[in-house]
Amino acid sequence: MKGHPGYWAFLVHRVSGVLLTLFLPAHFIALGSALEGAAALDGFLAWTALPAVKFAEWGIVVLLAAHLAGGLRVLLLEFLPWRDWQKTLAALAAAASLGVGLAFALALAV
Amino acid sequence: MDALRVRVWRGAAEGAFQAFEVPRQASQTVLDVVTTIQRVLDPSLAYRFACRVGMCGSCAMTVNGVARWTCRTHVDQVARDGQLEIAPLRNLPVIRDLVADMSPFFDKWARAEGRFRGARTRHDDFERIAPQSAPRRAVDAGIECIGCAVCYASCDVVAQNPEYLGPAALNRAWTLHNDLRDVARRERLRAVAGDAGCHACHTQMGCTERCPKQLTPTASIAGLKRAAAKAWLAGEL
Amino acid sequence: MSARGETLLWLAQRASAAVLALCVTVHLATMVYAIQGGLSAAEILGRTRGHWGWLAFYATFVAAVAVHAPIGLRPVLGEWLGWRGASRDVVLAALALVLGGLGMRAVLGVFG
Ligand code: SF4
Ligand code: SF4
Ligand code: FES
Repeated sequence: MKGHPGYWAFLVHRVSGVLLTLFLPAHFIALGSALEGAAALDGFLAWTALPAVKFAEWGIVVLLAAHLAGGLRVLLLEFLPWRDWQKTLAALAAAASLGVGLAFALALAV
Repeated sequence: MDALRVRVWRGAAEGAFQAFEVPRQASQTVLDVVTTIQRVLDPSLAYRFACRVGMCGSCAMTVNGVARWTCRTHVDQVARDGQLEIAPLRNLPVIRDLVADMSPFFDKWARAEGRFRGARTRHDDFERIAPQSAPRRAVDAGIECIGCAVCYASCDVVAQNPEYLGPAALNRAWTLHNDLRDVARRERLRAVAGDAGCHACHTQMGCTERCPKQLTPTASIAGLKRAAAKAWLAGEL
Repeated sequence: MSARGETLLWLAQRASAAVLALCVTVHLATMVYAIQGGLSAAEILGRTRGHWGWLAFYATFVAAVAVHAPIGLRPVLGEWLGWRGASRDVVLAALALVLGGLGMRAVLGVFG
């Protein structure tokens, strides 16, 4: 059954999780280049200053925030007694990830 | 009088929709519409109902794409521009027309140990269970299931994983797990844990969204997950 | 998989999720703070080098991720790609090792 809040919460949670898993090895390898000294890491960071890369970074942060919010939703649903507020939860999760996305976008801009 | 344009599924897995025009009535239910078709327009139409008052759980169908109990669903609530599309429940084999084969659904109740197993006989005293105790309240929250399979037809996991026991059977297992008179709770937890059982549920809540009795199978399934984890930690699973 | 195995995976997934909820919150806050005025290696390394607190934090973070991501991927592979059975679990265990390995290498890299 598609198209209700629980379904969207599930889909966003799943897709963001998969994308984050794909991103992580790259992230670790980049940071691991600190092993080869600050210069290597700086070279990498210079690349991340490109606008397109910045935009992708912003996307990853939003994914992370969305996955966190979706995960909190599941944890609350599974561990707390609840009845009617599950839609509120899905909305809260969306709002929280949006908030983080905006904060990060602002931080990137300044 | 207005006429309602109704498309009704005819056939089994293979088939097609057949169009009917049904007179519009005040307070008409979807089941009334189907009954009118069968009584007046085409006696060969197969469908199922019994109580007509939302107790027996036999009348569920897919109405404009959504699983519903048809006897308690008013045409006003669901018709779009005077049109209705009525099909058998999803996720179950179709026997004919609007009649779905409920065997897989009820077989899964059995596989989920969905039957009470007590140890007392008529010679024993009653078990005393406080109405306000937490387990008794958990039973209350899930006990009104009428076995209509609306939840089962609305669950994406059932559609993807034919082995999945589904929301109704798991909800039933949860009410029995909280029945302190039951003596098969450990076996039941074993039967419902695993990727054909409670751990397959994605907390998507299609079932809870659609259950006509406003039950929350998702919460029952979460309860089973916690119970299974507790049993595992205690070495009892 | 057995009822017991599946229950263990569920527990591990929820436990790692609880740890990650904390870690990710801290990580997101640090990022929003650190990104201001651009990133430089000196700045990152200045914060982390020789700092045992950050080492412990990020080591925990990486361990939780290595548990969490493969378990999360498991049903996705099953439901969207129809990949079930032992081969899936072997590959996912390997993924856990790769994530843990690369992650710890990165943590040690920024530590010292
Ligand atoms: S909450 Fe679980 S059982 Fe209910 S529809 Fe969703 S996946 Fe199915
Ligand atoms: S849980 Fe609700 S939807 Fe599912 S069979 Fe029972 S009454 Fe019907
Ligand atoms: S006919 Fe009995 S529930 Fe609808």
